[in-house]
Amino acid sequence: MFNRDRWKEIIETLTSNWFRTVLTAFGVFWGIFILIILLAAGKGFENGINLEFGDTATNTIFMWTRTATKPYMGMPKNRRFNYKITDVSDIRESVKGIDIISPRNQIGDFEGNDNVVRGLKTGAFDVYGDYPDIIKQEPMKITSGRFVNYNDINEKRKVAVIGEGVKKILYEKDESVLGSYIKINGVNFMVVGTYKKVNSDGNEGAQKEIYTPFTAFSQAFNMGQAVGWMAITAQDGVPITSIKEDIFKVVRKNHKIHPEDQRAIGHFDLHREYGRVESLFGGIRFIAYFVGIMVLLSGVIGVSNIMLIVVKERTKEIGIRRALGAPPSNIRSQILTESVFLTIISGMTGIILGTLFIYAINSLLDASGPVDMFANPSVNLGVVTIALTILIVAGLFAGFIPAQNAIKIKPVEALRTE
Amino acid sequence: MIEIKDLHKSYIMGSNSLHVLKGIDFNVEEGELVAIMGSSGSGKSTLLNILGMLDVADEGSYTLDSVPIKNLNEKKAAQYRNKFLGFIFQSFNLINYKTAMENVALPLYYQGVSRKERQEKALKYLGQVGLAEWATHLPSELSGGQKQRVAIARAMASEPKVLLADEPTGALDSTTSYEVMELIQKINDEGNTILVVTHEEDIAKMCKRIVHLKDGIIEKDEKIEQVRASEYV
Repeated sequence: MFNRDRWKEIIETLTSNWFRTVLTAFGVFWGIFILIILLAAGKGFENGINLEFGDTATNTIFMWTRTATKPYMGMPKNRRFNYKITDVSDIRESVKGIDIISPRNQIGDFEGNDNVVRGLKTGAFDVYGDYPDIIKQEPMKITSGRFVNYNDINEKRKVAVIGEGVKKILYEKDESVLGSYIKINGVNFMVVGTYKKVNSDGNEGAQKEIYTPFTAFSQAFNMGQAVGWMAITAQDGVPITSIKEDIFKVVRKNHKIHPEDQRAIGHFDLHREYGRVESLFGGIRFIAYFVGIMVLLSGVIGVSNIMLIVVKERTKEIGIRRALGAPPSNIRSQILTESVFLTIISGMTGIILGTLFIYAINSLLDASGPVDMFANPSVNLGVVTIALTILIVAGLFAGFIPAQNAIKIKPVEALRTE
Repeated sequence: MIEIKDLHKSYIMGSNSLHVLKGIDFNVEEGELVAIMGSSGSGKSTLLNILGMLDVADEGSYTLDSVPIKNLNEKKAAQYRNKFLGFIFQSFNLINYKTAMENVALPLYYQGVSRKERQEKALKYLGQVGLAEWATHLPSELSGGQKQRVAIARAMASEPKVLLADEPTGALDSTTSYEVMELIQKINDEGNTILVVTHEEDIAKMCKRIVHLKDGIIEKDEKIEQVRASEYV
């Protein structure tokens, strides 16, 4: 396979008719170029969507309480209930595979009445009592100071981490924020940090939140043992969707909810939603591969066609070689190598130019700022490997019929050809 | 060296069957220089193709250097051709994008001889046909006689048992023809067995034995007094 004479001959045959070789190569080049671009576009779309999800832990459900819709164990229908802080440890004990549970209480709403006062300024914000782990489930960037920590929880410190949106309303531009006090529903909290949520572009509400330690919040606002909302993330490799029913079972038992009461517990399954998006990406990838390979196929047929002509043109030469003692296997591998070589060279050109094209698109995107639902189109090494494999197979496929034709030539007939 | 017995060959042409060889019995000893003569259609090329394992006989036996030649698959036939036979064609059949030396080295390539050794041997045989200085020239840069001499060097390169020449002078003028025949005689003098198919009387007379073919049978098989080509040159 790798001997000098073989390669010399391949180069000689391919360069003997430059124009034809280039035209043939273009078919394969174009196929792989389209394939790369389509895959990169799909990836760009995927990246764009993923950016919307950000670093949010996607293996998560959020759950809250609604009213019981079935009477059970002497309890009436339409009963309101709250989770309790003890539910958290109960869930941890009886359900395997849980990573993080963040219970939360909330007052206020950024679209509601003013609930926070600082000096002469007032504003309406979402105020949360949270555990420190929430930052892993709802990623945010701490722009100054720090986030809530477990010392705050244990000592019930009345501290607050405020969003950049809150800061803008309650503070002058050059005022120092850290160490100042804000009054939430009449209770003073010291500001220890500011945050910014990076991935929720345009969502104004996300920057207008105030995070306080769960324990201090419950005490300050008289929540007792109650928990309004929980974010539960499962460990990697354990889909939360498969264990959420176990979680609900624990909660139903703790709060005397009918086992078949589906509506008492409200929840949002981020994992399942994300899964839907993932399967959409899968579909896009499939279309990209399908269209790309179909275009490539027409290129491959072109190569096959040219190889047939090459064999025809070289009939006499093949006859001479056979007379001089070339075994059929030698002739066959010569034709196959030629075909694979031509396919790979043109395919590699396609990959390189496709990548350059994507690079150009990327720098254009960088220059003109972010575009909705589209970011950083790219192909990875895996795709290139797959493309190369497709090329080698395609080259063999393209060369197969011509090679069979070449060895079918009888030397005596080939020599008679003038 | 060559023993053939009762060789038959027919070609199917549409609905007609053309019986070309109708029972050929024929032996060649080592070191002979045999001319096979006959008018066109007498079956001489068919006979040569069968001897050259480029074609197979319908009936009869063929033994070459005590090896029975039958039921060969393509691979085996290629191997035997490479090992036992050297071909010289009327139209030279050099590969036109390869230099004289590469053409001569080609049979050695199929024997798996190393590149360096191939080049050495090719140069040696080109020297023997007097074309060492033309080693790097393409066939298109050579005259007809030179091309045929390259072809002879190529046929010799694999050191075959038998050289088969099919009208070796058919495409050459008479002076060049005699030069080529002189070369063939010289190779024969060194002990090589050579079969020459020709329809030219003067060329046949330069061999040591003439086999006349007519309508697929041997009409006459005579040993003759060899005319040395050097007398004409």
